[in-house]
Amino acid sequence: MRVNKIFTTTIGLEVHIELRTESKMFCNCPTAFGAEPNSNTCPVCLGLPGVLPVINKKAVEMLIKTAIALNCKIADYSKFDRKNYFYPDMPKNYQISQYDFPLAYSGFLEIEPEEGPKKRIGIIRIHLEEDTGKSIHTGDIDKSLYTLEDFNRAGIPLLEIVTAPDISSPGEAYLYLNDLKNIIQYLGVSDCKMEEGSLRCDANISVSIGGKQTPKIEVKNMNSFKAVEKALAYEESRLVSALENGEQIEQHTRGWLEKEEKTIFMRGKEFAHDYRYFPEPDLPPLVITKEEIEKIKKSIPELPYQRRERYIKDFGLSHYDTALLVENKELGDFLEQTLKFFNNPKKICNWLLGDISRILNKNNTSITQQLLTPANLAMMLNLIEEEVISGKMAKELIEEMVIKGTPVETLIKKQNLQQIKDEESLKKVITEVIKENPDSVNKILSGKTKVKGFLVGEIMKKTEGKANPQLVNKILDKTLGGL
Amino acid sequence: MKAVEIKQAISDRKVKAEEVVCSCFDRISEVESKIKSFLYIAKEKAIEQAKEIDKKIASGRSIGKLAGIPVSIKDNICTEGMPTTCASRILTNFISPYNATVVDKILAEDGILLGKNNCDEFAMGSSTENSFFFPTTNPWDITRVPGGSSGGSASAVASGEVPLSLGTDTGGSIRQPASLCGIVGLKPTYGRVSRFGLVAFASSLDQIGPMGRCVEDIALLLEVIAGKDWRDSTSAPIKVDEYSKELSAIDPDSIKVALIKELLQEEGIEEGVKDVIYNSVKILSDLGFKIEEVSLPHLAYSLPVYYLISSAEASSNLARYDGVRYGERKEVKDGNVFDMYINTRTIGLGPEVKRRIMLGTFALSAGYYDAYYLKAQKVRTLIKQEFRKAFDKYQILLGAVSPTVAFKLGEKLDNPVQMYLSDICTLPASLAGIPALSLPVGLYNCLPVGLQIIGDYFCESLLLKVAYILEKEIGVFTPVFNEGK
Repeated sequence: MRVNKIFTTTIGLEVHIELRTESKMFCNCPTAFGAEPNSNTCPVCLGLPGVLPVINKKAVEMLIKTAIALNCKIADYSKFDRKNYFYPDMPKNYQISQYDFPLAYSGFLEIEPEEGPKKRIGIIRIHLEEDTGKSIHTGDIDKSLYTLEDFNRAGIPLLEIVTAPDISSPGEAYLYLNDLKNIIQYLGVSDCKMEEGSLRCDANISVSIGGKQTPKIEVKNMNSFKAVEKALAYEESRLVSALENGEQIEQHTRGWLEKEEKTIFMRGKEFAHDYRYFPEPDLPPLVITKEEIEKIKKSIPELPYQRRERYIKDFGLSHYDTALLVENKELGDFLEQTLKFFNNPKKICNWLLGDISRILNKNNTSITQQLLTPANLAMMLNLIEEEVISGKMAKELIEEMVIKGTPVETLIKKQNLQQIKDEESLKKVITEVIKENPDSVNKILSGKTKVKGFLVGEIMKKTEGKANPQLVNKILDKTLGGL
Repeated sequence: MKAVEIKQAISDRKVKAEEVVCSCFDRISEVESKIKSFLYIAKEKAIEQAKEIDKKIASGRSIGKLAGIPVSIKDNICTEGMPTTCASRILTNFISPYNATVVDKILAEDGILLGKNNCDEFAMGSSTENSFFFPTTNPWDITRVPGGSSGGSASAVASGEVPLSLGTDTGGSIRQPASLCGIVGLKPTYGRVSRFGLVAFASSLDQIGPMGRCVEDIALLLEVIAGKDWRDSTSAPIKVDEYSKELSAIDPDSIKVALIKELLQEEGIEEGVKDVIYNSVKILSDLGFKIEEVSLPHLAYSLPVYYLISSAEASSNLARYDGVRYGERKEVKDGNVFDMYINTRTIGLGPEVKRRIMLGTFALSAGYYDAYYLKAQKVRTLIKQEFRKAFDKYQILLGAVSPTVAFKLGEKLDNPVQMYLSDICTLPASLAGIPALSLPVGLYNCLPVGLQIIGDYFCESLLLKVAYILEKEIGVFTPVFNEGK
């Protein structure tokens, strides 16, 4: 659908992030993903009669960390509230959440669209709540004969981050989510895996043409950042054509169907819940002191936007390479560790984003899961620098270095790969090659210098690639010049 | 025998814990069929526990503060391995996998768990007639109610089935039955005793407290159960006094006491009850206490404030009884999960509980929250402030506990508002979160009358001292069992 008239899109996102605390929000149960169903449970997170919640201080700390990174204000008074509704995956039939006094508010995140200047996306609020359990239906939800409940997830701390309606395109929504994910991962407060549900996103969108604006449409059930972008793009054009055709649109909620790449009607405004929020009487209000905030501030590591600036300014890396390294924090960290032994960020970057990334992708793994050490990589780069081995040789060694962790020196010795830098033995080989290829030699002598490359190739072949290329060129020029 | 006497006799090896426990069971078999104060009797376990304690004593090992003293527990407090039903059909088959903090504390001090006491369903009621299982009767006259909701605890203690019991008080559920059964009952300061394991009715009001035949006994039990508990974030990190050891340390001349007009002169309060209370006030005055009168006009709003706040919290607290994870589930043929919820709760919950859930749900609904719940919270703050002001001047406040003596079974069952009025004098201290004690101070129409002694936050020690000195003048009621007229 291509729209001719000029329209404006308004998008707000609501992101839920599971915090990577060791224990749950209000009890001591572990939070590990993938445990046997209902094994990470206790009377508290199962909502048994008589239990009481106890606030996980680590979760509060993680929220404050995130809030600082997102330039938010930290509330000096905050409290928990109960959000009441019945659902089988919710043990108490209320969720402990925060209503009118969230822990953090009024922040922003700066995104960098490919074209145009940086753009601030306002953060209205960040609050803490507990996650629900997981319902497993047999087949379709409305035809399912029974439903299984797994309460391992029930009570895991969740951050809810709500943006202002500052996002003006599906592409910006994608950028926001990606930058947010990077920040959260740098802070180490969540792994942000949308497919494991540790990051979830609902979106609100409306469009306007001229003075006419559609009501707010909520879109749910997206399971990747790309899906969010696609769902919003779908919704954007649907709403624009509806406006152009003068269709009546009511405020409602829609669900994204991944396979069909479209959204469908889920429920109307009249089915909106009345959550009957009221202050959680089992928990005292949260009072965060200035000292606590200062302490947490000091524990915040370098953030993606800070790293980005440093890589471009101090390392002289390209915007493109920087983006890749910032996105993949593990590679960035590896680069910095390698720098301690080999002081050329550009060269390290080329290897990391080139051959090493290719090997990692091929094996579907990541740098931290492999045995390559920064010292080993640095040693290889140094050996190239000192012309002990050639770049081409290194390319043959790197895979074993990455996968098996074999030190580069061991590989060189084992494969007898040391470059031939001994002029006498090189001269011998070169003389042989010249003898064997009189035609080529003649061509060179008659001015077709390009053919020299062929001779170099033959020399490399004879030395199994071990000849030092610079030396080969030097001796070959000298020898040819003497002919 | 008093609990403190039992303890002495056991540690002096004059009597064995097993004998004490067996004498309780003898009394239970004598009166329980008429009193019906227990929902569960842990006979074998209790005897086994008593034998252990006897062994401990025989081998000369140190013993706990409650060594060999039988204690019964209201059935809305979780006990591992025993049913915890809250006298509700919906929890008929529920056995808690853990002990409430108070239960663990009693066990740690070698107290013996005798069983679980009947109560109004989820502690909602003032007569124990709202129990799903059966009503409990008053041992002073078994045609009358024992009060409620801790009626089972009160009648078990009053009839001599057990020397001590744990009750819970949300709006008067310890004090009112204590008054109607002629025993001593204390609602501690909110936060004095851990609520972990107390099945929540109204979280901002609920408090566990001791019920016994004399002040010394409840002082001892309070000493054991009080204190900060990391599992209850609303429990207070305030030092626990040795209540039972300092009972006599009081100088009446130095203590200013006031009668609260609103808790004594209201027309709903029976003249006979007033007379008994004024008589006890006279005794206090003769002892040297300076007694004045004070008016706290905002207490008049206690009833609506209480029913809005407690019902709102209850509507949320009781949402978990849905048949999904535990309790009795009632499926609907071809129905979905929401049909199951409705059916389970329709069958599993009694009429009073439903009434309060509906009231509370309404009070919290969008558009009504400000007018009801929020307004009620504001008036609650005013009531607290009014008490605060009174405590600037006085250390002890007095009033009636119950406007009447024990009424007939069934008398108020069809009139919820009449029933609610039974708590009119106990609600203010609950709303303020301050400690209040009911001490039996006399009889009217051959039925006991309690005096309410109210103190400032965490001043349980003073309450107990005042009660103790008055009790010495009036005496302790002996266990009763009257089949009535």
